Amino acid sequence: MWDYTDKVRDHFLNPHNVGEIKDADAVGEVGSLACGDALKLYIKLDEDKNRIIDAKFQTFGCASAIASSSALTDIIKGRTLDEALAVSNQEIADYLGGLPEEKMHCSVMGQEALEVAIAKYRGGPVPTHNHDHEELEGDVVCKCFGLTDVFLKKVIAANKLTTAEQVTHFTKAGGACGGCLPRIKELIAEVLGTEAKETPKKPEKLTNLRKMQLIQETLEKEIRPLLWADGGDLELVDISGSEVQIAFRKACAGCSASGNTAKFVEAKLRELVADDIVVVEVEG
Amino acid sequence: MKEIYADNNATTKVDEAVFEEMRPYFCELYGNPSSMHFFGGQVQKKVDEARNRVAQLLGASPEEIVFTACGTESDNAAIRSALEVYPERRHIITTRVEHPAVLTLCRNLGKRGYRVTELNVDGEGRLDLDELRGAIDQDTAIVSVMYANNETGVVFPIEEIGKIVKEKGKGAFFHTDAVQAVGKIPLDMATSTVDMLSLSGHKLHAPKGIGVLYLRKGVPFRPFLVGGHQERSRRAGTENTAAIIALGKACELAALHMADENGRVKAMRDRLEKELLALIPHARINGGQAERLPNTLSIAFEFVEGEAILMLLSEKGICASSGSACTSGSLEPSHVLRAMGVPFTCAHGSVRFSLSRFNDDSDIEAIIRELPPVIERLRQMSPFGREFLDK
Repeated sequence: MWDYTDKVRDHFLNPHNVGEIKDADAVGEVGSLACGDALKLYIKLDEDKNRIIDAKFQTFGCASAIASSSALTDIIKGRTLDEALAVSNQEIADYLGGLPEEKMHCSVMGQEALEVAIAKYRGGPVPTHNHDHEELEGDVVCKCFGLTDVFLKKVIAANKLTTAEQVTHFTKAGGACGGCLPRIKELIAEVLGTEAKETPKKPEKLTNLRKMQLIQETLEKEIRPLLWADGGDLELVDISGSEVQIAFRKACAGCSASGNTAKFVEAKLRELVADDIVVVEVEG
Repeated sequence: MKEIYADNNATTKVDEAVFEEMRPYFCELYGNPSSMHFFGGQVQKKVDEARNRVAQLLGASPEEIVFTACGTESDNAAIRSALEVYPERRHIITTRVEHPAVLTLCRNLGKRGYRVTELNVDGEGRLDLDELRGAIDQDTAIVSVMYANNETGVVFPIEEIGKIVKEKGKGAFFHTDAVQAVGKIPLDMATSTVDMLSLSGHKLHAPKGIGVLYLRKGVPFRPFLVGGHQERSRRAGTENTAAIIALGKACELAALHMADENGRVKAMRDRLEKELLALIPHARINGGQAERLPNTLSIAFEFVEGEAILMLLSEKGICASSGSACTSGSLEPSHVLRAMGVPFTCAHGSVRFSLSRFNDDSDIEAIIRELPPVIERLRQMSPFGREFLDK
């Protein structure tokens, strides 16, 4: 069971501003049945058409999606459109006393719906976040949830995300088939400004000799420096076909998480050398 | 608030008689059954008794029972053993609706060079046996098909499948993950085509942390855990004696209660199903046309999401489970429902009620009373389905 705050529970059990506004000035709709959550946000403006005097929502989704929708409507009531546009997904989460990281996409959905509603009202380009929209801004990265690179980079930057797992929690991208996770990692690197232009690319086809060389190079240049940073190290013991035998040294030797480190090493070698590499930890 | 527990496919209450049976084996009779002294010997006798009890429930011989830590370990032991016995065979057959204990293992093996065939199911969760016939070849090391599905309760025709494996498999092993079936429906390994079978204690009112691998006499086996000579060298490690003894008692009780499970519990499940369908529009039973376990009801409600249903039910003291994404931390609807082609309109809103002999009519009445307003409330909040629901 999720560890929801009392405020999340309260907004889920007793949501504020549920329903529709028949003569709404702006309506923003994001998500879909297929995605598992969706939000339709209705906004009513004052006579000057500048300040939000009423907001209501209809949500299909989990408890945190409903709570985030409720919080959003509370937050934006009384704000001008520009002030509302400044509401971040983090503000929605903070208003609820926090959300589990895995549920942060619910707060992002609230922010998206608000952006869509205001953009539609103002007649400007409508931000697009899922595959229900016909024209997407940017290239689709996550085909399962129809999310573009433009949208993902924005969320990565706004929330200072550093891992693909976090991006999944905040946007759902990569949460289904996982096929876009490598691209998400690239986007993170682009946003963080650490995209190494010289990042080694996996060669198409390798001779055995080249494969062994590449394994050694990757271990030396890409992996060991990371282990050194934590006081650890590894040694290459042998290479047999696609099996790479390693022995952990220093802090990695005897570390209870060495299994995870071995998996990381394997993933890195698969990423940079060949898909069939199997890393085996040996005594040595 | 009375707690109504209807999530017995997730785990079950330890039967008090089971607990009493295991209790002395913590602080009083704590000997190691492998020890040569009388103190360990008395525990060994009790472990032997438990083995007999498990064997009896399965219609097996005691020496065919290997105690493990859980169903997942049993599944891993069976499949990995088959691959070691047949190192030249690189093909595994399983289904798209297996428990992750089997499916994740097979997919991981697939990444390590094995060829994995995942058999499809139809809209009711049933296998196409012709697809199995076409998939087996001389390269197949093992066919692993669950006995009954944990989410929908759909029961597979295990003996028919076993016959196909024996006819076409050229010695391929046949394993079944029977974690949800054992104790709920009669099994008879003496006449079965199954080579290996997994069960888990906590699904039949024994504690968590104990499982069994049934290993047919004569089936070659390579142990998953090596070390000492426990379990006739088929599973090293000091025996979890208290849990083994508990499982023995739980199996004895399961045999006693099976008629009740197939009678009274099934009647409760059927009543729940019928009344919910009558009271809640746009609901459907997942696997409703297939043969199912007597205790399981997977019901889908269009236009609402599962976690929200479960949390509102939880507020009423009702514990159930969901086939939807958000409860599991994953974002896709359950792989079982997706494999069955359950439309997205209801896959996200599927709820599983799984009963046990500890449920009674008042539990069913409470669910029937509390669930319809929960669905109605969430549908009122949902942006979808207005065109259907407002009619």
